[in-house]
Amino acid sequence: MASSVMPTSKTAPPPAVSAVGLRKSYGGKTVLDGIDLRVPAGSVFALLGPNGAGKTTAVKILSTLVAADGGQAQVAGHNVATSPDGVRAAIGVTGQFSAVDGLITGEENMLLMADLHHLPKREGRRVAAELLELFDLVEAAGKPAQSYSGGMKRRLDIAMTLVGNPRILFLDEPTTGLDPRSRHTMWQIIRRLVADGTTVFLTTQYLDEADELADRIAVLNDGRIAAEGSAQELKRLVPGGHVRLRFSDPSAYGKATAFWPDATRDDEALALRIPSDGSQRALRTVLDRLDSAGVEADELAVHTPDLDDVFFALTGPGVPRHATGIQPPTTHTDQTAEDAR
Amino acid sequence: MNSLSLAVRDSSTMLRRNLLHARRYPSMTLNLLLTPVMLLLLFAYVFGGVMSQGIGDGGTDRSAYLAYLVPGIALLTVGGTTIGSAVSVAIDMNEGIIARFRTMAIHRGSVLIGHVVGSVLQCVASVVLVGAVAVAIGFRSTGATPVEWLLALGLVALVSLALTWIAVGMGLSSPNAEAASNNALPLMVLPLISSAFVPVHAMPGWFQPIAEYQPFTPAIETLRGLLLGTEIGDKGWAAVAWCLGLAALGYLWSTSLFNRDQK
Repeated sequence: MASSVMPTSKTAPPPAVSAVGLRKSYGGKTVLDGIDLRVPAGSVFALLGPNGAGKTTAVKILSTLVAADGGQAQVAGHNVATSPDGVRAAIGVTGQFSAVDGLITGEENMLLMADLHHLPKREGRRVAAELLELFDLVEAAGKPAQSYSGGMKRRLDIAMTLVGNPRILFLDEPTTGLDPRSRHTMWQIIRRLVADGTTVFLTTQYLDEADELADRIAVLNDGRIAAEGSAQELKRLVPGGHVRLRFSDPSAYGKATAFWPDATRDDEALALRIPSDGSQRALRTVLDRLDSAGVEADELAVHTPDLDDVFFALTGPGVPRHATGIQPPTTHTDQTAEDAR
Repeated sequence: MNSLSLAVRDSSTMLRRNLLHARRYPSMTLNLLLTPVMLLLLFAYVFGGVMSQGIGDGGTDRSAYLAYLVPGIALLTVGGTTIGSAVSVAIDMNEGIIARFRTMAIHRGSVLIGHVVGSVLQCVASVVLVGAVAVAIGFRSTGATPVEWLLALGLVALVSLALTWIAVGMGLSSPNAEAASNNALPLMVLPLISSAFVPVHAMPGWFQPIAEYQPFTPAIETLRGLLLGTEIGDKGWAAVAWCLGLAALGYLWSTSLFNRDQK
């Protein structure tokens, strides 16, 4: 039944991460309510959702930090519940809160990781030096990590994660709290890792981040996957692009409505929403029609659909589950309801 | 790599990390030394004259009381140092790096073992420092043989091991450093109500069982016997039994706390 999440070809390599019907609750509050995931090796997968949607819990289960209450998950071919050490040997995790030892220096943090990955002394020193260089931390390497800025800590955090050369990288909100420049640096780092063949599983509450980085995006809301697909596919889920014309003269508004009978009318604001892809040609058509009708709009705004629309459409309060009906993930209520008991 | 060599290797890595912390921030270790040194000086020079009348040999000889006092102060030093261990475990568990360790393919217990071994080394070093102060103010253990010296050192290490595992459990069960320091206070209070300062038979009758049946009294009496040649009797076995029991209890408690599901 997992195969219904996403169509797969027979020859596809085994996924880096797959999960079926994952459930978790804390003290009676359901945090994950049966989620299915499938991340092909070498791809970037983004779990997108508002605060409290369950993103971090999903990462914690997949990275063997907590046990799921129901469902099962495989990471790098190992079951997270029965073979956690197999999973741990293949993954690197950078959590939401910095996982560096603040009392020791950046370099000592790196060498600690090298020792824990059982690298020979010389090799460990080489890897540490290379990564410190790559993450622009050479100057700060001799200072205690607690004196680092937020961006530096985050870079050190990821550098430490990479010491073991993980095949699968979990990044829980890697850019939360970073300034715009550090954010772009982080994006570059992630792209470089993906180019080297690393599978990246990231969570984010930023739509542009998912749009920038991810091959596939799952929108997590209230413990369930509300939609899944590429950024393009998700954007198609919401009625998006339009040109909005606003008038101050009611008679001009009246004339314009006659020209666009299919437009959405907002009689109170004297505004028309004309469906449009926002292209130059489409805009010219709108302007030409206005000219030929001899009416003048007071305001013209172009709105192209973006992930924000998808996000708000899917995660707003009171949105019925799977309301969009497009590519809804299979539910496992029958099976997991039994598991829960 | 088999699991034993993995355990040894990862634990020694964690030990290096903890020793680095202790070396980089020695103030905490040194602060913990202040209490036993202060108590040693206070009881030797200020209360010593009065206290010595209770130790039973009738005289008011300060050097006799100093000799009586030092073994108790030594184990009180261990108790105090392990409070520091409880605090540093509690602080460490709130560090993000512990979550990182949990997602790595390393020996599961190495984080705690690193703390425990580090703490035992710290305890022994602290006892040596406090012992040096004692020698400087006139304490002599000239009657003891080298074997007795080694046994004394071994006893200090064993008591340290037992109390550290308990302290680690206290640290793990505390949400923050302040709570850990409060929860671990019995490790400092117990030696105060043991035979460290006055013999049990000099205490009020209702209180004697409290002083008698607790880990510090047999350990202190044993240490006293090893250093000063007094009668040890069955106190030696009682001390070893207390230590092994507490170490096992603390180990099981700590590992189950460490392995419980993380929020």
